[in-house]
Amino acid sequence: MKFAIALFSPPHAPSSRRALRFAEAVLAGGHEIVRLFLYQDAVQHASAALVLPQDETDGARQWQTFISDNQLDAVVCIAAALRRGVLNDEEAARYDKPATVQSQAWTLSGLGQLHEANQLADRLICFGGP
Amino acid sequence: MSQSLLIVTRQAPWSGPGAREALDIALAGGAFDLPLGLLFLDDGVFQLAPEQQPASLALKDLQANLQALPMFGVEALYVSARSLNERGLSDGALQLPVEVLDDVGLSALFERYDQVITL
Repeated sequence: MKFAIALFSPPHAPSSRRALRFAEAVLAGGHEIVRLFLYQDAVQHASAALVLPQDETDGARQWQTFISDNQLDAVVCIAAALRRGVLNDEEAARYDKPATVQSQAWTLSGLGQLHEANQLADRLICFGGP
Repeated sequence: MSQSLLIVTRQAPWSGPGAREALDIALAGGAFDLPLGLLFLDDGVFQLAPEQQPASLALKDLQANLQALPMFGVEALYVSARSLNERGLSDGALQLPVEVLDDVGLSALFERYDQVITL
């Protein structure tokens, strides 16, 4: 089965941890993830500038490793990311901001990517709504 | 055939970017001519309230974006009767032409759509 996974909660939220466990189970079960999509506060997962105490789990880093290991299509909503300070080189230059914090694991793009993923997938699974 | 999507918007317009971000999903999908519905539920019904004064909270008005829904082809608009009643809002004074649904109607609505996003 083909899954699209949308995540709305920040890296420290329990729902974000559940989403990663679900994504791992999807692949372990022989299914396909057509796209991961980050929206709302979940865009913080795409920040490469998060620093956690050593004895705490770094959920954003775990997602980045999971995406790289499995070569997943992983998209961050650009409007939600800009609003929350997650910029790539291009956007930092465009808005004259000093810092680029976007992890290479993720790609900045638009909400059309969420709709396209929904059309490609058999199931859309969302984590971390209000 | 396209998969249909119901977007459930549950945030008041003054509670952060949630209401606007739910609406943006609807507008983006409408631009792609996808079969979409938008349901105003819980505090999301405040988005439809008349005589809002967002400027007094230094917020941008959501109304212009809401009014754009039909122009973007998003005409399947619903609101929960229970959510309106609980918040003292009358369905006669709402800012958009929405279909008012009781709890049985909501249940049937969720059945009709292939996918659901709740924000």
